[in-house]
Amino acid sequence: MSTHAAPARPEDHDALGVREYLHLVWQRIRGGETGILPVLGGFILVSIIFQVLDQQYLTAGNLINLLVQSAVFMLLGMAEVLVLLLGEIDLSVGFVAGVSAVVLAWLAQPQVGWPWWATILAALVVTALIGLLQGSLVTRIGLPSFVVTLGGLLFWNGVMLFVLGNGGAILIRDDVLVQISSGTLSRPVGWVVMIVLVALWAALMWRRDARRRTSSLPAPPLALTITKIVAAFAGGAGLILLANADRGIRAPVYGLPWVVLVVLAVLLVWSFLLGRRRFGVYVYAVGGNAEAARRAGINLARIRTAGFVLCSLTAGIAGIVYASRLRSISTSMDGGTLVLYAVAAAVIGGTSLFGGRGKAIHGVLGGVVIAAINNGMGLLGFSAAAKYVVTAVVLVVAVTIDALARRRQSG
Amino acid sequence: MPATRGAATAADTQTLLRLTGVSKAFGPVQALTDVRLDVPAGAVTALVGDNGAGKSTLIKCISGISPPDAGTIAWKGREVRIDSPTVANDLGIQTVYQDLALCDNLDIVQNMFLGRERLRRGQLNELSMEQAAAQTLSELAVTTVRSVRQLVASLSGGQRQSVAIAKAVLWQSELVIMDEPTAALGVAQTRMVLDLVRTLVERGQAVLLVSHNLLDVFEVADRIAVMRQGRLVDVRPTARTNQAIVVDLMTTGETSRSVEQAT
Ligand SMILES: Nc1ncnc2c1ncn2[C@@H]1O[C@H](COP(=O)(O)OP(=O)(O)O)[C@@H](O)[C@H]1O
Ligand SMILES: [Mg+2]
Repeated sequence: MSTHAAPARPEDHDALGVREYLHLVWQRIRGGETGILPVLGGFILVSIIFQVLDQQYLTAGNLINLLVQSAVFMLLGMAEVLVLLLGEIDLSVGFVAGVSAVVLAWLAQPQVGWPWWATILAALVVTALIGLLQGSLVTRIGLPSFVVTLGGLLFWNGVMLFVLGNGGAILIRDDVLVQISSGTLSRPVGWVVMIVLVALWAALMWRRDARRRTSSLPAPPLALTITKIVAAFAGGAGLILLANADRGIRAPVYGLPWVVLVVLAVLLVWSFLLGRRRFGVYVYAVGGNAEAARRAGINLARIRTAGFVLCSLTAGIAGIVYASRLRSISTSMDGGTLVLYAVAAAVIGGTSLFGGRGKAIHGVLGGVVIAAINNGMGLLGFSAAAKYVVTAVVLVVAVTIDALARRRQSG
Repeated sequence: MPATRGAATAADTQTLLRLTGVSKAFGPVQALTDVRLDVPAGAVTALVGDNGAGKSTLIKCISGISPPDAGTIAWKGREVRIDSPTVANDLGIQTVYQDLALCDNLDIVQNMFLGRERLRRGQLNELSMEQAAAQTLSELAVTTVRSVRQLVASLSGGQRQSVAIAKAVLWQSELVIMDEPTAALGVAQTRMVLDLVRTLVERGQAVLLVSHNLLDVFEVADRIAVMRQGRLVDVRPTARTNQAIVVDLMTTGETSRSVEQAT
């Protein structure tokens, strides 16, 4: 509390200098609002370690593979963020993804013959209904989400096994469905998509900051806005350069994978919903102080149920991507491990287990870190056992950071 | 300040809120018994009583958090059923709860507009809300907050209290109820809250102030209502009572004293 600028005089704020602004940001970080900094630091650290141990890690081919491998973790991570924000947990996401994959693969079989889009729609409707069922059990009857979704984990695993039969599998032959995970954009289209997306984002941010300046509200300094836009273009260009390099072993493979756009779309929609809509504020409010939310007239049951529906829906998308990558769904899918990775991705990314703090992007960043650990240790020839151990340690470290940040924030 | 207080008492014209026969039990505990209370417009009514007298329970009946078992509530002469916080808000009743009911993980603006966000084409109108929040805080002379985009978690006790009050004030509601607003505060912060209470009355709003701190009450209240063991035992203008009388009423429910100095 060193500065005592009064909000009474907003004109004090409009001309924030870069240093002043960075100082404000630094104060926030020290206050426990660390945002995505720990996970970015963690990712860089993990990358350095693996690159030192094995020069294969930081190659264009491996980095893009890493992105594709992490897609399922990212989507499940985002799914988990939606319920963790409410102070709940969903342990069923792994096998809900499995059910989604089964619905998709079963309907896409030649003897059933649904078109690809109808199979996707059906998978998403089924998973949303699963979310509605589990969410209603939690909110209307008041059962703990831990128990309901632990039951869900077993139940949906059972349903999967029942449909697939003992040791069974369904292959996916539909072209479009397979392309979701293995298809790529052509080189020029990749550039166009990147430039359009970054330009759109830049325009929106520019307009928002400009509006704040004209309303004489505190706004980030112009230099910072420009730096952000330049950085976004540089990052986007870097990604496209990596993706457009030939990463094939026998035949040439290049281009931005479709699945990156799928993850990006989910990220944008959920970020918009949580950050720009009334629903988002209510989700944070319910997770932060449910009684205060109730007194503000918020319908707790409706918000919580919606959270479970959106969580299951996102898990359903993850299931589609999973099945598309394997071109099949079989009883070997380990939904239990996937759940742990989902919770780990969300928490490693910076979402609090205690509710009320988190963002969709956390699921994405945490998902990358988990995939990076898996990928890097795979390159080094470690066993699955070692991967589990390291992932678990990272998860516990992330939860510790979360608990410490929370303690710092509460005083 | 006492000068304005005398005027308000004289102009005790319109009854904003009238409770009749309000009772409430929590299982075997009879928290409220046949409470009758009038809250006039544009004045500070203090509600005092020992711990456990039923003050917070009465507040929660009015604010729709836990409606009474029996009795009627009339708002501006019309009987109303306040069975949810939304109903109370829509009537024009805002409550600052003893526990403040703020979300630590939201910023000041989000807390102040919680449940009534301003929208623009379906999206949150952050600009307009941020301006209104800053405006309200400055009207209440709350000047120690660094930024209205600060998380409530990072605020001091006095600042949190100010935000909770500003949240209630933002809605231009006709009645602001405050439950023990100074209980957890230091001297300077208490000063600030008491000034806020007078500011509200000067703006034409009515305040129902719950407290068991008699110093505060005698400083700002126009009328003092005393509760004891779930019953409302006495209501009278501040000028026609004193601390000794109020203490008698709080502890025994009756008094043999009279006001020595007439006003
Ligand atoms: N939710 C509740 N459940 C059971 N008893 C309650 C509850 N709320 C209040 N009471 C009881 O009602 C009485 C009045 O409490 P309260 O209104 O909080 O008093 P005050 O605010 O005047 O200190 C007390 O005996 C208290 O124990
Ligand atoms: Mg109380």
